[in-house]
Amino acid sequence: MNDVGRAFAEAFGMIGRLDAQLVDIVALSVQVSLTAVVVAALIGLPLGAALAVERFPGRQPLIVFLNALMGLPPVVVGLLVYLLLSRAGPLGDLGILFTPAAMIVAQAVLVTPIIAALSRQTLEDTWTEYEEQLRSLGASRASAALTLLWDSRFSLVTIVLAGFGRAAAEVGAVMIVGGNIEGVTRVMTTAIALETSKGDLPLALGLGLILIALVIALNAVASVIKELAVKRYG
Amino acid sequence: MLPLELRDVCYAANGKVILDRLTVRIDAGPRTMILGPNGAGKSVLMRVCHGLLRPTSGALRWCSSSGARRQAMVFQRPVMLRRTAIANVIYGLELSGFSRRESALRAHDVLEAVGLETAAHQPARKLSGGEQQRLALARAWALGPEVLFLDEPTANLDPRSTRDVESIITAIHATGTKIVMTTHNLGQARRLGDEILFMSEGRLVERASVDVFFREPASAEAKAFIKSELPWQ
Ligand SMILES: Nc1ncnc2c1ncn2[C@@H]1O[C@H](COP(=O)(O)OP(=O)(O)OP(=O)(O)O)[C@@H](O)[C@H]1O
Ligand SMILES: [Mg+2]
Repeated sequence: MNDVGRAFAEAFGMIGRLDAQLVDIVALSVQVSLTAVVVAALIGLPLGAALAVERFPGRQPLIVFLNALMGLPPVVVGLLVYLLLSRAGPLGDLGILFTPAAMIVAQAVLVTPIIAALSRQTLEDTWTEYEEQLRSLGASRASAALTLLWDSRFSLVTIVLAGFGRAAAEVGAVMIVGGNIEGVTRVMTTAIALETSKGDLPLALGLGLILIALVIALNAVASVIKELAVKRYG
Repeated sequence: MLPLELRDVCYAANGKVILDRLTVRIDAGPRTMILGPNGAGKSVLMRVCHGLLRPTSGALRWCSSSGARRQAMVFQRPVMLRRTAIANVIYGLELSGFSRRESALRAHDVLEAVGLETAAHQPARKLSGGEQQRLALARAWALGPEVLFLDEPTANLDPRSTRDVESIITAIHATGTKIVMTTHNLGQARRLGDEILFMSEGRLVERASVDVFFREPASAEAKAFIKSELPWQ
């Protein structure tokens, strides 16, 4: 009990004095997950919009598949990306395994289906409402998709933030493809796992607290955005 | 692009015939009111004419199919984009090829014409039902359509808003736009209409001038319809 109390005190101390090691790890985490989520959004949002407005054979199975991909276990994604990037793998020549780039790839693979599937759902609801009106005004499929993306932008921000939260909180994939190398590929989640097993509770706890704060902050921002949007545009 | 000719147009969905061998010619000029009981197929007919639904069989021909679709439609429940009122009008204009500058000018003018200039920069979805309906009319009018389809344009409006909408429709007609509309308000059909197309169960039962239709309807269905809508006559 006393140990835990002391660990908490020390953890808050580290956060308070912006401990260098702690700050480095948080910075790398945010950088990796932010880049991954930008990549995932650039792929996932157009994909979601296209699935919302296009009708083609095999669309329904594709949506089911995409929804299933949302539940991909991070370790499995890590394993697949590892196989892809390892020396003998098809993308081995890139030589990015055990670098932050590999972690970005893994997290982007993890988050893209989430953004695509959730945005498809949101955009399709809007499409149901808009379709006749937009077709009546002569909108092509492509410009209708753009209209949907713009008119749903606030809900989409919420979805992208959820994707960021998922990326930042995930441990299995970055552990496998990043290797948890100190000062190079050690992010919040992998550091927590390692430090806990080593018994360095203050650092683990400090990172844990920051991670929780981050997740709460993301959710708060998301709900504020949504509320403002509804108030402004109905 | 008028006249519009429909020959033996059928529309079926889920094995149910909704339009049954409709043959009709819609000419430029007179304001056409489509009347008929609920489920007669009025809305479906307008969607087919407007190109939103493809006939299952039969032919639909515009006189000239010259490039641009010079037609517009206002739906029973107006669909407003999550933008300001004026942005909704500009959106339609830009889609049909107007430059940004020209769109802004036209949008401003048309909002003034429907009495919404003070609401121009309010979010469209926050406007009242009557204002939204006027905005929908403005969005369609701005395009300068040759034909305007209106599906029950005053269906959930109070008498005041109904009057506003009716005078806007009259103004649109005065600028040379052909009006084709449905309504359940027979007084409105008399006020706004020149000719009546009467439908029942997917068929075109009767076509007559407004005067003739209300004075001496030819078909038993139309007689019964008028009687049930205006029981005191
Ligand atoms: N897209 C559709 N698919 C299948 N059935 C439809 C579709 N649209 C309408 N229907 C059916 O077609 C019939 C005619 O509908 P329509 O909306 O044209 O009637 P209406 O004359 O406009 O009636 P109301 O006066 O109630 O508006 C109804 O039985 C309706 O259920
Ligand atoms: Mg109808």
